[in-house]
This record gives sequence, structure tokens and C-alpha cells, in this order.
Amino acid sequence: MNGPTEMPIATNGDVVLVRQKVRGLAAEIGLSLVDQTKIVTAASELARNALVHAGGGRVHIEVLHGARRPGLRLVFSDEGPGIPDLEQALTEGWSTGGGLGLGLSGSRRLVDEFDLVSAPGEGTRVTVTKWAR
Amino acid sequence: MERVPILKLGDILIVSIQIDLDDQSVLALQEDLADRVVSSGARGVIIDITAVEIVDSFIGRMLSTIAAMTRMLDAETVVVGMRPAVAITLVELGLSLGGVRTALNLEKGVAALEHVRGTAG
Repeated sequence: MNGPTEMPIATNGDVVLVRQKVRGLAAEIGLSLVDQTKIVTAASELARNALVHAGGGRVHIEVLHGARRPGLRLVFSDEGPGIPDLEQALTEGWSTGGGLGLGLSGSRRLVDEFDLVSAPGEGTRVTVTKWAR
Repeated sequence: MERVPILKLGDILIVSIQIDLDDQSVLALQEDLADRVVSSGARGVIIDITAVEIVDSFIGRMLSTIAAMTRMLDAETVVVGMRPAVAITLVELGLSLGGVRTALNLEKGVAALEHVRGTAG
């Protein structure tokens, strides 16, 4: 019933749609209210990152059926300028987008698994996973 | 883009956010509020986020900006109705909303504003 979904991130409105989709699935697989709020907040940060830094991108949303519990995995990808220094990008308060610099570092704290792949000129891919408890 | 309505009750402006805010609506609300504070001479602003399911860094920054901005315009802002899950997530995100006065609900928010004005004379 929950096949993988792909959503575009091209406008501010798309960021809202991504949040709503993630919220719906997170509730469906039984994440607690706090965990729902965390994954939706992370999704909002990462979707906005793709929009602000890369001019847009997309998110691949997948429900995982783990051995003992379900999870939700989100893969945000864009073909933007990429991140030259990953360590710096994950430093709290470091920002190129005029934001608070909490997008990446903050999102990482809100999820169970976090993976960042990026190189200059090759876009950025951020994968986050939240498991039901 | 949807606009958030601003209500006036005495010398307090009340904003109840009932929509899923996109970034443009957030920026519009900041500007609308600054205008209304000046045109109405309001001394207090209450932002009700009871219906807000998530506060990310952008919305968090809006709350801080509005609080700082209205203070410069001689009005105090109180954010009311934050959900527990939102508070937990904000702290973990790294946002503590320093400088933003909060109250648990609208009633306590109004009382907090009256207290501020009382002590300020």
C-alpha cells in the first residue's frame, strides 16, 4: 500500500506538500507524536535546503519494513553546486544561505540515521531514516 | 500564498496560525504585523501556535524576529500554545527561541502582557 514516492521540490508550496506527505506516512507506520514531529521538521529543513541552495530538487520517500519495526526513509537529492566541505556544512551555525545554519546539523539530531553525500559540481544527496520505537 | 489574519482586541493584536505556513507566508506575516503594530498603536502581540504541527528553523526565526521587531515598535510579543512535541523538537534542533516570551495558552498570554505593562507603568 505504501510504495516509494517521489516528490519534486521546486517551490515553497512543494516544501509544505513534502511535510504533509511525511506527516501522513509517519503517523501511518506508528511513529510517536514526538518522532512524527521530528521527522517532519527534518524533512522541512532538508527540503528548504534543496530549494535555497540548489534551486530545487526532489525527495524519494520510502516506508521500510525492518525485522522488528517499520521505519521511514527520505532521500533528498539535488543537482546544485554541491558542498565543498562536508564537515563544515555539518557544523552548527555555519550557513551560506543566510539561515541559522541549523538545517543540516539540526536535522541530523532529529533522525536515527543520517547520510550526506556531496561534492562540488555534483549535487547533494541527504538520506535520513526514522524508525518506530 | 495564504495570508494569516491579524485580529485586534483592545491594544493587543492576536494572530492565530491555522495554516501550514510556507516561507512566503511567514515573511508576509512579519511585514503585516510590523505595519499593524504601528498603525494600531498596539502594545502587545499574541501569536497562537496551538494548531502549528511543526516549527522548523525558518518559522523559529520568524518568531524571534517578530519578538525583536515588535519590541522596537514598543509592543511586547508572547507566543502561546506551543505543543509539547514542538518544544522537544525545537530544543533538539538547536533552537531555544531566546528572547521570545511564551505562555501556555491565550489566557495566560494576555495575563503576561498585562503584567508587563503593569510593571512598565
